[in-house]
Parts: sequence; structure tokens; C-alpha cells
Amino acid sequence: MTKQIIVPFGPQHPVLPEPIHIDLVLEDEKVVDAIPSIGYIHRGFEKLVEKREFTEYVYIAERTCGICSFIHGATYCQGVEQIMNIQVPERAEYLRVIWSEFSRLHSHLLWLGLFADAFGFENLFMGAWKTRERVLDFMEETTGGRVIQGTSKIGGVRRDISSERLDQMVKDLDTLDSEMRELTTVFLHDDSVKHRLRNIGTLSRADAYHLGAVGPTGRGSGVAIDARKLGYGAYDRLNVPVVTDSCGDCYSRCAVRAKELFTSTDLIRQAAKKIPDGPVEVKVTGAPDGEYFTRSEQPRGELVHYIKGNGSRFLVRSRIRTPTLTNIPPLIKMLQGCELADVPVIVLSIDPCISCTER
Amino acid sequence: MAFFEMVKTALRTVLQKPVTILYPAQAAKKTPLSRGHVVYDGSKCISCSICVKKCPSQAILLDKEAKTWQIDRFRCVVCNSCVDTCPTKCLSMDTQYTAPAVAKGVVTFSITYVKPAKPEKKDEPKQ
Repeated sequence: MTKQIIVPFGPQHPVLPEPIHIDLVLEDEKVVDAIPSIGYIHRGFEKLVEKREFTEYVYIAERTCGICSFIHGATYCQGVEQIMNIQVPERAEYLRVIWSEFSRLHSHLLWLGLFADAFGFENLFMGAWKTRERVLDFMEETTGGRVIQGTSKIGGVRRDISSERLDQMVKDLDTLDSEMRELTTVFLHDDSVKHRLRNIGTLSRADAYHLGAVGPTGRGSGVAIDARKLGYGAYDRLNVPVVTDSCGDCYSRCAVRAKELFTSTDLIRQAAKKIPDGPVEVKVTGAPDGEYFTRSEQPRGELVHYIKGNGSRFLVRSRIRTPTLTNIPPLIKMLQGCELADVPVIVLSIDPCISCTER
Repeated sequence: MAFFEMVKTALRTVLQKPVTILYPAQAAKKTPLSRGHVVYDGSKCISCSICVKKCPSQAILLDKEAKTWQIDRFRCVVCNSCVDTCPTKCLSMDTQYTAPAVAKGVVTFSITYVKPAKPEKKDEPKQ
């Protein structure tokens, strides 16, 4: 029998943007098992809910993640609004969709860049981040923040986008689309990329389903799950196509994200076309009394916020389940049987966001 | 077979001007809504301390006795909450970031607001 050795991977590793530690059990160069551990950047956000008023907690909920921040804030607001029976104005719902989809674009472009960096394509990495700047510019212009938007509030949104700006935005989307198409051609068709990504970290459909893979990790294995199909916010009035791929390897997960860029721009166009005029917020009185589970689709998969209030200005409990946490068991399955040299690419293929996982 | 898909883009980028700017030598791109740092105007502040209560990061301190308003720029997350809720609009948001600091600490401003004297009631002649 070959001697087994354990190689530690992370929390500091050139490929990892955030700290996760995995003990890799190796037999020669083959990984036979992987033992993950997290807990390096716990910040105690869920406890903080008892010390801040529920209206101020939006800012904290938003800072759970530095990439999908807007979606965290909007999901928290959605939960409180459901407890308090607040009907959000239709325009605010559409605006939330627009910013959520821009968040998704920004997150996917960031990930594509990091992924290119992981498989050693530096030029493509720079290209992806160059395109991402366009998305961030739009965010800053409409919300005031590049990454932390801070526009979601209980009862609606803080800022409105004028109709002229919306028209201009739709026109700008065409340029963005053509830039992204140039970029995704390399990801999807270049043979050197394919050669590096095909048939590594394969996750079968059954495994993906049973281990609870969510988001592009699940969709890359052919599990057609997308929380946007629940129809929260204005998504019930928009046509949301679910992008899936059947192979379940690193290339499939990359392809799903690359194709989702275009569904996001399409959703923004649809939203900009259908957005009605009217107010963007309603006045909120009282405090939440009750509990609610609210779900939404983050760029990485399904996000769950649990909120419980007792009628005071301070909530009793908040619990956030992020998509990365559910994607760790599928990741372990992918790592079993792979080569040591493929580990960085496979770990990055689930788009790990450890900051939101630990909060 | 498709090799060198990136070459076209790469060559074009070589011939173009750089897409990055030389910050801080060159000013960063800012929009009218950009959140840079909070600006305080002591002449309008009525010491209502709403900003202190609404600050999610507890960065603001107000002392009514000493007539001072303090902000810890290292705690401030530039969320715009105080600016939105200020009733007299003595707080505003500047689009530029503050210069890098060499030491931690709070910035203290004095409150110079003077309550306008109430117009004296004139004794109206009784009819």
C-alpha cells in the first residue's frame, strides 16, 4: 500500500482570495481525501443584530460579503418586509433587480478573472477585470458605491435612476455585451483553456443533487436550480432562463458562469423596459414581530436569511446561510481522486466566498 | 482547433492608451453620488444627536456640554446614514476620499451654532 501523507492547503495560498484550509490526504500525487476547515475570519455579524436597530442592520447585512453585497442587503430587507407586511413599490422592486443583476455581472467577471489567474492565463485575468470596471462605474454612478452600494432599505430603495440614465444604460449594455463576448470566446473556445479545464473535478448530477450543490456549481452538473425562479421581487414578471451544462467538470462550471453574463444583461434590458414610474420607497412604522426565512439567488447560488423579531427595534436572531457553505461538501467530492496540481483550479471553480460563509 | 484566441484582444490593448490611471498623481474618477467622506458644518448643527444614534458603526460622538462633534474616520464606513437623517443638513458627503492618515484618532469639530433669539412679543394695545 502506498504511504499516505497530508499536505495542508491554505489558508494562505496564492490562488485563494480568501482563507479556507483544506488538509489534502495524498497517495503519491493523487488526492484520496480532503478535510476542510473554516473559521479564520469570523466577525460575529449575526450577534450584532441584537445591538443595532433593525433599520441600521441593513448596512451590516450588506457588509457580509464584499462582492454580492447588494443582494445580501436586499434579501434582509425582503425578510423584514415580509414580517411587517410592507408592500414595496413596484419601481423599487425593479431597481433591486437591476442592481442585483449588475452585482451578478460584477461577481462573475471577477470570478472569471480569478479563475484565469488560477490556471495561469494572466492576460485573460486582466481582460476580465478591465471589463468589470465598466460594471463598477455604473454602480458608482447610480448608487455612490463601487462595491458596497448601500441603496437597499426597508420599504424600498434609497436612490432612483432617472429614465434618461436608464436609456443610456441600455445603450451601454451593447458595448459591454460585445466586450464580454470577446472575453467569453476565449474561455469557451480556446483549446489551451479547454485542455486545462476539461475532465477535472467532475461532479455527477446525482452527487451534485444529493450533496446539495447550489448555483453555478449545481447548474454545471445539470441540476437546474435557480432561486430567481421563485419569483421574489420583480423576477416573477421577467423571463429568467436557467443556464445549465451537463458535464459537471471545471469547464462546465466556467461555461455556466460565462453564459450567465448574457442572461444578466438580458434581465437588465427586460427590467429597464418594464420598469413603471412611481415612488421608490414607502414609510415604515412599527417594528418586526415574527420570523421569516427569505431566499434569493446570489451569484454563487441560493442565499437564505432567517430573521426573527419580537416587536422591539432590535431583532432577536439573524441567521445567514450562504451558498459557499453548501458548496463545500460537493467540493470535497470533486477533490477526491484528482491530482495535486489540479487542486487550486478545482477549489476556485466553486467560487468560494469565505467571508460571507463565516460572517 | 482554436488557439491564440486572446491574441487579437491582447494586441489591441498594447496599441491603446493604458486603461488604468496613475492614482493619486492623477485624480480618481468620481461621480456626483460617490461616497468619499463625511463633511461637517458646525454652524448649522443643533446637537440633536440623531447622527450618533443612526450610525451603524458608532463612529460619531457628540458632547453637548463641551459643544464638540467627533468622528472616528477609522470606524466610519461611509454609509451615508447620518447624511440622510440629519434634519438641518449640516452633514454632507464629499466625493473625494480623505488623505491617508499616519496616526489613528478622532477628528473633533466645535459646534458654533447659535440659537436664534425668539422675537420678543410686543405688547399689543388692548382694544
